[in-house]
Amino acid sequence: MQNKIIIAGISALVLALLSGAASAQSVDETVNQLFSNATGWFVSFIFSPFPGTSFPWIVAWLVVAATVFSFYFEFIQFRAFSHSISLVKGDYSDPNDAGEVSHFQALATALSGTVGLGNIAGVAVAVAIGGPGATFWMILAGLLGMASKFTECTLGVKYRNEYADGTVSGGPMYYLTKGFAERGLPGGRVLAVFFSVFCILGALGGGNMFQANQAHQQISGIVGGYPGWITGVIFAIVVFAVIVGGLKSIARVTEKVVPFMGIMYVGAAIIILAMNADKIGWAFGQIFAGAFTGLGVAGGMVGALIQGFKRAAFSNEAGVGSAAIAHSAVRTKEPITEGFVSLLEPFIDTVVICTMTALVIIITGQLTIDPATGNYITEGGRIVTATGASGVGLTSAAFESAFSWFPYILAVAVVLFAFSTMISWSYYGLKAWTFLFGEGKAKEITFKVIFCIFVVIGAAANLGPVIDFSDAAIFAMAVVNIFGLYFLMPVVKRELKSYLSRLDTGEIKKFK
Amino acid sequence: MPKKKYVVACDGSQASIRALQFAVNQARASDASILIAHVLEWSPYSFLTPEEIEERHKRRNEELARAKDALVDGLVASVSSEGLEVDSVIRYGHVAKTLVEIAEQEAAAQIFIGRMGDGSFTSRVFGTVAATLAEIAPVPCTIVP
Repeated sequence: MQNKIIIAGISALVLALLSGAASAQSVDETVNQLFSNATGWFVSFIFSPFPGTSFPWIVAWLVVAATVFSFYFEFIQFRAFSHSISLVKGDYSDPNDAGEVSHFQALATALSGTVGLGNIAGVAVAVAIGGPGATFWMILAGLLGMASKFTECTLGVKYRNEYADGTVSGGPMYYLTKGFAERGLPGGRVLAVFFSVFCILGALGGGNMFQANQAHQQISGIVGGYPGWITGVIFAIVVFAVIVGGLKSIARVTEKVVPFMGIMYVGAAIIILAMNADKIGWAFGQIFAGAFTGLGVAGGMVGALIQGFKRAAFSNEAGVGSAAIAHSAVRTKEPITEGFVSLLEPFIDTVVICTMTALVIIITGQLTIDPATGNYITEGGRIVTATGASGVGLTSAAFESAFSWFPYILAVAVVLFAFSTMISWSYYGLKAWTFLFGEGKAKEITFKVIFCIFVVIGAAANLGPVIDFSDAAIFAMAVVNIFGLYFLMPVVKRELKSYLSRLDTGEIKKFK
Repeated sequence: MPKKKYVVACDGSQASIRALQFAVNQARASDASILIAHVLEWSPYSFLTPEEIEERHKRRNEELARAKDALVDGLVASVSSEGLEVDSVIRYGHVAKTLVEIAEQEAAAQIFIGRMGDGSFTSRVFGTVAATLAEIAPVPCTIVP
């Protein structure tokens, strides 16, 4: 039965390919048009600014929440940082639990879902629109966001469903339903349903379309321009083989290779910074100056702030709730330990990897400066770049200026990051789908097929509408999730107090 | 005075069966008990997909049950039928290091392990369990060819 579905799916895609070959260009255009029309209103709503300003309410929502959580938990992200590292190293892991999911595995899986094109291409977009100053706000948002992730991942473990066969389902839809009910608050189920809907849209947008789109851009940047839907179809077939066909070997290889690519990417960035060591001071100067004056970018300081916060949120998903789904399956008697482990993610994702991307773009002089004023040359709301590139092309050009062969490595990395993010988000979307519609093979396959179709759409559409929709969907998840977190944070505080006191008395054992 | 304990590493291979037989003969001669140790290779630092994470607890239970039913119980029964005191333990981890931990916790007198006899390049570069054990074991180690 499974095989018949696979064959049917592949045949359908091949037919589409053949019939579309004749009108390759117009397929892209049609898809793009349909897409912008369908999603324009949603994007406008999510990003509507406060009246009289250009400041989107959603950015304030995310950052205020992160700040509130940071204060409420007395800056746990800094207090518990070294404890988090100990947990990931396994210092507090009971040897009898060997063979279960370890903290490191939960962290690595969640990271491979969040580290994606947002770190490479998204940052390039932010810096091109908001200038180097966006980097400062991005780092700040990353540091504050650690508290949001801490809160949601603790709740994800605390309110998960454990089934008789040993499998686990957890995430915001569960903690919103169960947590609210436990505290006697109404509306938990309604919030959970809204979250699930937005999670599905987010999975199709940022977890899927954006990845395919930028992967195609990088590949076509190297081999030459060709219609996006072709990349989309190839990606869709591979994703289909993994998530429907159960071809786990591809996923396993990807999961193993992605961390190495991440380390290599950061390593290459560090080498470029070392090669331009004399300019590091200047680069940081630009970042600070840009953060508070804008240095000529559209919107000035506020423009930089908005772009920085947007990119951080999109990249590290703090407050979005997706990480809670990944972390909820870890076998632990202390839910708060997953909170501690997860707060490392925004740090690694944003403060380290995103910052590396931004620094390389700045230090290699990709952003053109008007020598007379010291401001950045802008055109149509964006900084004019040295090569005219944008998105992943800008990052590629930045690295290429130091290593001429890097675009090829970046293409491989981009494809792998995109793929691993797609696999992770197909899982998150699936969990939301089954929460809404119930478990069952047919229901699962329906979602998975829809997911694969959106891979093609994402690759075919232009960057603009895709990134706007992706952002909007993921931020919509954050709206619902954070609303719930505000009500449930006392639960986390109780867990934290109890754990820390038991840690002090030695009741919580250190095994190594 | 408690009986001496011999830890025998068993993974179901012919080499480990030979090691067990050798250990049984030794134990009979020196009046020792046997502890059959089966270690499932596992590292907390590996990478899983989200689906694997969700299923891990269930799979772990299945793996433990399978190891017990298909391998360990049979070995315990055969050693027991030869009139020796025998016990078993199934653990997850790095095979050599876990065997060392078991030997330390059980205050074992000796560890017995089979040898695959593979002198290939990969074995010499990446090591074998027997060779690693010979380097790190806290008690005498008998490698049975």
